Amino acid sequence: MSAVKTRNMSTITDIVRPYASMFRIQFIGQLQYRAAAWAGIVTQFFFGFVFVMMYSAFYGGEAGAVGVPSLQTIISYQWLKQAFLMMVVLWSQDADLLNQIVGGHVAYSLCRPVDLYSLWAARLLANRAARCALRFAPVLILAFVLPAPYGMIPPPNVESGLLFIVSLLLGALVAVGMSMFLYVLTFVTLSSVGPRLFIGAIADFATGMIIPIPLMPDWLQRALAMTPFPHIADLPFRIYSGDIAGAAAGAAIGVQVFWVITLGITGWLAFRVVLRRTVVQGG
Amino acid sequence: MITLNGIHKSFKVARRKPGAKAALAAMFRREYDIVNAVDGVSFDIPDGEIVGYIGPNGAGKSTSIKVMSGILIPDEGTCAVAGLTPWADRKKLARRIGVVFGQRTQLWWDVPIIDSFDLLRDIYRVPQDEYKRSRDRLVGALDIGAFVNTPLRQVSLGQRMRAELAASLLHSPDILFLDEPTIGLDAVSKLAVRRFIREINAERGVTVLLTTHDMHDIEALTDHIILIGKGRILYNGTMSAVKSSKTAEGLPVEEIVAGLYKEHGL
Amino acid sequence: MIYFKYIRMQLRSLAQYRSTFWFMIMGQSLTCALGFASMTMMFDRFHTVAGWTYAEAALCYAAVFMAFSIAECVARGFDSFSRLIVSGDFDRLLLRPRALTLQVLGSSFELTRLGRLIVGGTILQFAARNLGVAWTADKVVVLIMMILSGVVIFFGVFMLGAAMCFVTVEGLEIVNVFTDGGREIASYPLPIYGKTALRFFTFIIPYGCFNYLPLLYLVGRADGHAALYALSPLIGMLFVIPCAFVWKAGVRRYLSTGN
Repeated sequence: MSAVKTRNMSTITDIVRPYASMFRIQFIGQLQYRAAAWAGIVTQFFFGFVFVMMYSAFYGGEAGAVGVPSLQTIISYQWLKQAFLMMVVLWSQDADLLNQIVGGHVAYSLCRPVDLYSLWAARLLANRAARCALRFAPVLILAFVLPAPYGMIPPPNVESGLLFIVSLLLGALVAVGMSMFLYVLTFVTLSSVGPRLFIGAIADFATGMIIPIPLMPDWLQRALAMTPFPHIADLPFRIYSGDIAGAAAGAAIGVQVFWVITLGITGWLAFRVVLRRTVVQGG
Repeated sequence: MITLNGIHKSFKVARRKPGAKAALAAMFRREYDIVNAVDGVSFDIPDGEIVGYIGPNGAGKSTSIKVMSGILIPDEGTCAVAGLTPWADRKKLARRIGVVFGQRTQLWWDVPIIDSFDLLRDIYRVPQDEYKRSRDRLVGALDIGAFVNTPLRQVSLGQRMRAELAASLLHSPDILFLDEPTIGLDAVSKLAVRRFIREINAERGVTVLLTTHDMHDIEALTDHIILIGKGRILYNGTMSAVKSSKTAEGLPVEEIVAGLYKEHGL
Repeated sequence: MIYFKYIRMQLRSLAQYRSTFWFMIMGQSLTCALGFASMTMMFDRFHTVAGWTYAEAALCYAAVFMAFSIAECVARGFDSFSRLIVSGDFDRLLLRPRALTLQVLGSSFELTRLGRLIVGGTILQFAARNLGVAWTADKVVVLIMMILSGVVIFFGVFMLGAAMCFVTVEGLEIVNVFTDGGREIASYPLPIYGKTALRFFTFIIPYGCFNYLPLLYLVGRADGHAALYALSPLIGMLFVIPCAFVWKAGVRRYLSTGN
């Protein structure tokens, strides 16, 4: 019995190992860019400050704002966006992979005995995690140190804080699941620049990176709720400040899980189709 | 005439260690190494000569070519190319020299090669009749007429290199620096490139300094070699003298050069 | 003139990538339009910002986007200078007997930015109509000067960014603070960001000179400094002079350190 169990265990590690290894090597590779990280921290902080000042100015105006979250919620939302931007933006991409597709070098990767979709997904996740790892802490620390009303405050309770972390990680997975479609698309168009810019513009807006989704018109918020976009960044940020809490937060995280699975399966299938086409054409 | 006298150039290079921990530490402190790319290089090249400039990767070949063409200022030493100090008279010198980097292109990627030539004519301010003459001569000598109307990205590497050579000679320079002009070429293109270098040297007296890792280039073009290693000139003389030394007798040329590298601890 | 010959070359290259070109134009237009849509949504909820109206903010937004897109179109060689450094193509420019600034300008021409220009122009029309300003000749001239001045100021900032490539290519993201960040900041009247930001972006990097200050003149809030505010776009243009010196110093550094 126990011998069989051990073997099963080792099989599982064997299965996971290439993906974990890909994650690690990509993560370390990204950490090399020291100056890029510093520049990123300063840039992120600067943009955070610009947006915080802008929203403060809007909220400071006449009392015409009904049905919007409190200024403090929006400010925390902004700082979280700046700190975790690299985790959740859709336009971040791996130039190497795109070049592999466009240049037709993907055939080499196909020679390896691994599932290419999972391998690439692990790689994209590592890119996000690494770029974020070097940046989020300094930005958050600075944001907490800033005086009210410009600084950010901790979540209202431990539960919100924990749910935020869960939701943020799921959000990163939704982002990876969606961005994998970009690579699928690149297989079809064999040009990466044009469509990417176009989709990036829409995605930035729809994920709440330009203005927070709660500040958009109600009809647009209802429409976006049907898509995966708000489940990338908007949801975790609102869970953080307690804007969405308790059962509502649980249900929303359930929807996130649904999107992770749906995007994963459809992406995997789509990937298989374009790969087969590439192999047949001898790309 | 090219003269280098005691040229010295060092660079600061960041040291990188493996592992995530070291990468994080490097966020805050970084260590540097000082590398002497060129460490007291002196030599003369008379007008109208072809010289093979050889040495292993990282020996200082590219650095010294950059100094001679005026795009890098050395820490110490003097240099004269065509009577000019390269870094002080960079733009003036540019009209007198042609430079080909085998691994890079100076032509525009997406337009027909002939359009790149036309633009180079304007950049170098070559008078139209003179340009036409020198272009037609180069197109003929390098046999590029068949694809000169094709965008650069659609031609083969060998065709591209021939076009590069033509491009660097449109303004009729006296001196030509060739940095690995035969790298990656097939046998036919290599022969064509070598034949052409011999021709412009013999007919127009162009001085050629050529770096290469292919010793057959040297054998086909010149007897004069300069060997550089670790930033120093190790040998400046004839290939035949090296070949006729006792240890080299009967060995193929690649073996002789490998022996030469070994002898100097490269 | 040699510059136009370079540009002709860039345009001919462009013809090889038609579908990418149109996608880029659409993408650029969309970014610009969605940014303005977001601004509209904010005013929909809040009506004014620190005493400034929707039309006033729209004018700032339009001016800054038009200036930025023209600057990116013409001076893309400086804006994307890191590419010349990384590829080593900058060495090739050094080997040619022509002025470097001209060659860098000629190395890239980003026609796709015209997508933003068109959207920006449309927003400008909309703002001009809703501003409640009688468009006399002098005010039209000031409006045109705003955009021209913006182009020159952004060009200066691109030059600073290019000069930074000589020190580090990797840390270049920081330049975004002044390019994209400047664009972001200047799409609203500057005072909403507080006094420090206003001073910095008036006296250090003079984005205020090409939209906020002349805007005061246009809407008649210039309080006795009318001439000064009307001329501020011209004064802002002087910014390009120190930028050119920094760029030249960068080239000298490059020549002595290589890469």
